[in-house]
Amino acid sequence: MLEVDRVTAGYGEFTALWDVTLRVSAGEAVAVVGPNGAGKTTLMRIVSGLVPIRAGDLRLDGDSLKGRRAHEIVSRGIAHVPEGRRIFPRLTVEENLKMGAFLPAARRHYAETARRVWDLFPVLAERRRQRAGTLSGGEQQMLAVGRALMSRPRLILLDEPSLGLAPVMVLRLFDLIRRVREEGYTILIVEQNVRQVLSLVDRAYLLEVGRIQVEGRAADLADQDFVRKAYVGI
Amino acid sequence: MDAVLIAEAAVNGILLGGVLALLALGLNLIFGVVDIVWIAYVDLVMVGMYAVYWLVTAYGWPLPLAAVAAVALVAVLGLLVHLLIISPILASPPVNQLLATGGLLFFLQAFATFLWTTDHRSLRLALPVVEVFGMYLSFARLLAFTFAILGMLGLYFFLTRTYIGTAIRAVSQDREAIALMGADMRRVYLVTSAIGGGMAGLAGVLLIIQYSVHPHFGATFGPITFIIVVMGGLGNMFGAVVASLVMSEVISIGGILASTEMAYVVAFVIFIVSIFVRPEGILGRRE
Repeated sequence: MLEVDRVTAGYGEFTALWDVTLRVSAGEAVAVVGPNGAGKTTLMRIVSGLVPIRAGDLRLDGDSLKGRRAHEIVSRGIAHVPEGRRIFPRLTVEENLKMGAFLPAARRHYAETARRVWDLFPVLAERRRQRAGTLSGGEQQMLAVGRALMSRPRLILLDEPSLGLAPVMVLRLFDLIRRVREEGYTILIVEQNVRQVLSLVDRAYLLEVGRIQVEGRAADLADQDFVRKAYVGI
Repeated sequence: MDAVLIAEAAVNGILLGGVLALLALGLNLIFGVVDIVWIAYVDLVMVGMYAVYWLVTAYGWPLPLAAVAAVALVAVLGLLVHLLIISPILASPPVNQLLATGGLLFFLQAFATFLWTTDHRSLRLALPVVEVFGMYLSFARLLAFTFAILGMLGLYFFLTRTYIGTAIRAVSQDREAIALMGADMRRVYLVTSAIGGGMAGLAGVLLIIQYSVHPHFGATFGPITFIIVVMGGLGNMFGAVVASLVMSEVISIGGILASTEMAYVVAFVIFIVSIFVRPEGILGRRE
């Protein structure tokens, strides 16, 4: 479904990704792990069009997305849950979901999609008229995921969803992501909680200083060495 | 001093406050979304006033039709200001942005002087004065206030009930996240600029039925509009409405008790004190 083909990208003089190749097939859940500063977030941002590609190509179902802007990529069926949640704090929970369904195609199915999101995250339904900024960190993360689902994507990019959450909340969040997965969404996830994310996904990539170092099935990679590498990068 | 006169000044203050609030909201909307202060905003109002004036006096259009045309014209002007002036300098340093929109102010003033001279032009409408509880109120002001309120209600419903309106509110909270929702920022900016322009056009309509227009009309309402926006907190809509009412009451009641000049002195003192005490605006959020 998604092919990142020998992509090089960065900011100004700085190159964050070197020749990165990665693929995600339909229905698959894939993780990208690696130490801080490895380029994981940049990788997510090139897929959603927030950071331009310098070299290489990015394809969705064979069509190049190179040079497409962020709002065009959403309409192709890729939803990005950015690092740090990035919900709209002064809009209500419901308005945040409405923004997730901004695209005309998604608007037409608003009621139906919203019902699925309320089912998945009942706590959001209880707080639908509350300002999003008043939610707890975990609830805000649920809202960020729910908002992404509102665009009716096929591929969801999750960037550090457990960042800043209490350990109990992290476990709950992983359960919820598992449920999202079971609903048939294809997932590309970046995570610091390497052990937990490996129990969730089919395959994983280890990214270090902007290059893919290891790639493999999650079950094979769940050994000590890989986990250590992902955390400290040695 | 007669209590009725003061009551009359207070009511006039509210009526003036409605139009000032409309202006402040338009300027604030553009600032909140595009993050650029349109120094020439009130000069767009002047263009709207001239549009109504010429359509009515030279072409014999009925006032309501001329009013609609003026709102549409200034909305298009707002769109053009964004496309031609703002859009190329979005990433420039703030000083350059101020200079560019300031340059537009001088351009509009000079162009209006060139086309229409510095004569003060008035519609000379024979609108009645109505007596309410012994107060004499201008019908034109009541009309202007009513339409200002309707304009603001329209803006409120647009910003809270529509997708693009909600996106406009969301932009100022997280510019990048709104692009991830599938909203095209360029389109959001254009819609905002057109609405801001339309509000300036509406304010022009509401002012030409009360005042005469001349190329430097912007200098009359410009400074007070900026003061209101800053006092209410940049980007804070509700604060702008409250600040409008405070300022217009000070000017109106002060004008009766002392003189209009003294009233402006008091208004500016209140402004200076308020930015010292609450630099983020009277109802501002502390960031």
